[in-house]
Amino acid sequence: MECVFGMVGKGFALVVADTSAVNSILVHKSNEDKIMVLDSHKLMGASGEAGDRAQFTEYVQKNVALYQYRNGIPLTTKAAANFMRGELATALRKNPYMVNIVLAGFDKDTGPSLYFIDYIATLHKVDKAAFGYGSYFALSMMDRHYHPNMTVDEAIKLAEQCIEEIRSRLVVAPQNFVIKIVDKDGAREHSWRRTTKD
Amino acid sequence: MSIFEYNGSALVAMVGKNCFAIASDRRLGVQLQTIATDFQRIFKIHDKLFVGLSGLGSDAQTLYQRLVFRHKLYQLREERDMKPETFASLVSAMLYEKRFGPYFVQPVIAGLGEDDKPFICTMDSIGAKELAKDFVVAGTASESLYGACESMFKPDMDHEELFETISQALVSSIDRDCLSGWGGHVYIVTPTEVTERILKGRMD
Repeated sequence: MECVFGMVGKGFALVVADTSAVNSILVHKSNEDKIMVLDSHKLMGASGEAGDRAQFTEYVQKNVALYQYRNGIPLTTKAAANFMRGELATALRKNPYMVNIVLAGFDKDTGPSLYFIDYIATLHKVDKAAFGYGSYFALSMMDRHYHPNMTVDEAIKLAEQCIEEIRSRLVVAPQNFVIKIVDKDGAREHSWRRTTKD
Repeated sequence: MSIFEYNGSALVAMVGKNCFAIASDRRLGVQLQTIATDFQRIFKIHDKLFVGLSGLGSDAQTLYQRLVFRHKLYQLREERDMKPETFASLVSAMLYEKRFGPYFVQPVIAGLGEDDKPFICTMDSIGAKELAKDFVVAGTASESLYGACESMFKPDMDHEELFETISQALVSSIDRDCLSGWGGHVYIVTPTEVTERILKGRMD
């Protein structure tokens, strides 16, 4: 039911997530922000079990901040991705975090990057990624229309197409989506796509 | 579905005349869904030693990081690179350490030993070594690979013929396996150089 997807464009990376907090058949709220801003130039879209998601993302965010305080420089996106993978892998055989993550970041020297990290700690650097039932629609849509070095407008348009596809074809489609973007000017919320107000 | 078939993989290593070849597919999947078509399964430990890790992608990444750590420590202490036979014993020991909670990987180790003699071996997920003189296979396509390699292999091939043979064996096997594919990645290693090539097969 939860959908998170992302893609890399020319000088930016985009992460889109649904904003529903669901318990069985009840929608608790439809403005739950699942894309955490890790630091100035990183976005982490997370989907999975609600408690694990909140705990794990906050844990990662605080540790990323701690690294910056201790060392005076921020982590690169690749380093943050590997840190997350390490934490997930360590917990995997004790008390696994059921959280799937799409990490988007912008580094001055390497540009935008997107990382796919699933709940069993498989890490891979990708151009487009998606999790959840929505991934069946989002990935196919992106396979068809994505090309490298898209502009922000083209990428937003593609994200909207994916959202439309999820809305029309998924039986328990989420009501609202949030789009966040990260580029050289930082990580920020771009816009929402709502069907209901909360 | 078995945990070994979660991500999908295909690995093969072959021995030639003073050279060896190691090849893998490039698909990273989550059961039926393909996530990426450029996943790296074969890793260089040093110029004359390569290890391929098939099975669960996460455990392959964890095990690779631990192996690099152990090899770097060995290099610092011994001031030389590890021999392939030694490395194989190391991998076997590390896997058996987790006997009752194993890494879900099947490694394929290939290297040039003393006097540049080619060495290949594979092992199961708890470290049972299987040395071979001709070829070793691993992954979801292993049964097809056994057949293809058995029929195509000849002893003492030079590196060009070896490349052709291993490529054909790999591509024909992964084309018949839905969980592996999206091309191939082949490394040909001779005492003087390492050649890396990407193959294009059925991209599905």
